[in-house]
Amino acid sequence: MTASNAKIINSIEVPALARVEGEGGLYIGVQDGKIKEIRVDIYEPPRFFEGFLRGRSMFEVPDITARICGICPVAYQMSAVNALEASQGVSVTPAIRALRKLLYCAEYIESHALHIFLLQAPDLLGQESAISLAAVAPEVVTKALRMKKVGNAILRVIGGRSVHPVSTVVGGFYRWPEKDNLTALLPELEWSLTAAAETVRWATTLPYPDLEIDCEYVALRHPQEYGVLDGEVVSSSGQKVSVAEYEKYYLEEHVRHSNSLHSHTRDGKKYMVGPLARLNLNSEQLGPVAQSLMKELKIKPPIHNPFKALLARTLELVDAYADAIRLIKGYNPEGPSRVEFEPKAGEGCGASEAPRGLLFHKYSVDGQGLVLKARIVPPTSQNLARMEADLWEFAPKVLDKPHEQATLACEHLVRSYDPCISCATHFVRWECKDGE
Amino acid sequence: MPAPCKTTVAVFKFSSCDGCQLQLLNMEDEILSLANEVEIAYFLEARRRTLPGPYDVALVEGSVTTPDEVERIKTIRGQSKFLVALGTCATAGGIQALRNYADADEYARAVYPHPEYLHFLPTATPIAEHVPVDLELWGCPINKGDFLEVISALLQNRKPNLPQHSVCLECKRRGLACVIVAKNTLCLGPATRSGCGALCPSCGRGCYGCFGPQPGMDLNSLVPTLRAMEKERGETARLLRNSSGYAPAFSKAAESILEEEKKQ
Repeated sequence: MTASNAKIINSIEVPALARVEGEGGLYIGVQDGKIKEIRVDIYEPPRFFEGFLRGRSMFEVPDITARICGICPVAYQMSAVNALEASQGVSVTPAIRALRKLLYCAEYIESHALHIFLLQAPDLLGQESAISLAAVAPEVVTKALRMKKVGNAILRVIGGRSVHPVSTVVGGFYRWPEKDNLTALLPELEWSLTAAAETVRWATTLPYPDLEIDCEYVALRHPQEYGVLDGEVVSSSGQKVSVAEYEKYYLEEHVRHSNSLHSHTRDGKKYMVGPLARLNLNSEQLGPVAQSLMKELKIKPPIHNPFKALLARTLELVDAYADAIRLIKGYNPEGPSRVEFEPKAGEGCGASEAPRGLLFHKYSVDGQGLVLKARIVPPTSQNLARMEADLWEFAPKVLDKPHEQATLACEHLVRSYDPCISCATHFVRWECKDGE
Repeated sequence: MPAPCKTTVAVFKFSSCDGCQLQLLNMEDEILSLANEVEIAYFLEARRRTLPGPYDVALVEGSVTTPDEVERIKTIRGQSKFLVALGTCATAGGIQALRNYADADEYARAVYPHPEYLHFLPTATPIAEHVPVDLELWGCPINKGDFLEVISALLQNRKPNLPQHSVCLECKRRGLACVIVAKNTLCLGPATRSGCGALCPSCGRGCYGCFGPQPGMDLNSLVPTLRAMEKERGETARLLRNSSGYAPAFSKAAESILEEEKKQ
């Protein structure tokens, strides 16, 4: 970077980030050609879920936590039921678990298709939105919407509606969905699987900005499958702990200069959760279709470019369609849709892999099944420190570009994380005072 | 510049989960033709380009929970000809309005280690408590069909035709067995505005009121029935205090139950 360029860019300010979920901004302060400050600002007001969950019946929790995020309500329902069932010593039947997996596949489809095509792809294709993209490449957007729609259709069959579905309960489901309604979706899922495979090929051709960051990745790992619904917490440095031990190893801290809580590992590392972390840790467990695509396209995880989270999302999308097809074909509801139990006092932790990354819940309940204490650690608050750290690496590389281009590039980096700001119940706006 | 003949539509987010905005993006079959019909002038979740006001239609998601939001909604009202409050957060405060019945400071202390740095109001309130609202579209989340009806009506300069009956009637229309009668399950369907298509009863559970109270409905007859069915004390009050809990009819009913229980 040269002195003349430093004169051009004094700061990069994005007061309101577009094409992200929730309200956030970006500030990069530059002085004498050197970056002095980087903040991913969060304006999303605190909503106090952990406060008003207290005193509610555990059976109301999945309906309430769903409202944390309209894009990933299933994740909030699944981490909640995992934690509450752990607190009660209840395990669900294989049939219930399989339907939960199918519900989660549907959320991955809806959320990943949205992010790949409508939120991140415009950055890589020089468009301001999918609306402007549709004007020049309508076939891309129409295909994207069709791929997304079938995810919402599965959510509707199982949960009644796609945003805040209503069939999940602690112990299982209020009812089994009709098999015919699920099998009716198979042709569309088969079409989508083919479209998703094309999407992976397309994703390998996109002009990702250059950036290599070898960071700590954290995700759930399940012994038999690509970890989504549950598993152990593993990291790229070889750490493996149970979900119950999560809080001992992954900490949240107040950082004075920032507007939010930042997560780090016990030894101080800023870590990444989400599709890239999952792919880098568990790629061997993706299904055969995704495996053959990785072989064909020579995709060899670990991938250390955060912009390429999009590529990881496309592979997960393939896996979600393939898994949904498998689960629907094998769907054979047997026995009760819900494990009945008498509430007792207890404490439990649960986690699942939201489309954006590991989502941890912990509850303690009293003898009547009323919540005494709740704790929720959303994926975006875990990624926030990582986003800022990546920007410290990336921003100096783009400071010599025209201001608008540099701004867009930095925004793109934040967007590639698919931040879900409404999710981040811990995100707070701090009053920053000089000298603090 | 937008073509002068196109209606300009702006989408704004306040405190919410984003689910109602997502319902707009979930109109996979309609979103592109809608984007052709109107000028989407401001919709940050979907597009980076923003056009300055004034706007013909403002769609406002979320409730007002911070001092900043109090100011922002006034600015938006000033810029917009027709303002629609979109979803239960905007019409009744939403799930975060549960703080209105507690000590919000205590919540802040319980959730955040440094509550003194938080900027929030003690209550989460609907848009209409701050500025005049031209139309309220209820739902947590909103129903896509209702939304399309509202937009079509605005474009055609007519009154939208929105459902005026309760969830209870929806069950009868769908031929669903009444969960109160057949399953002894607490259900707010008789007092809740329809719009969901009797979703919860069709899943074998009771309605929890996310489309808000049915206007003119008498809760005085429903509440005693539900309370007589309670397996544990407080169930009916909790049912009323969910995402539409701050809507006056539900709020009042829950309050009188709690007062009565306190006396006992």
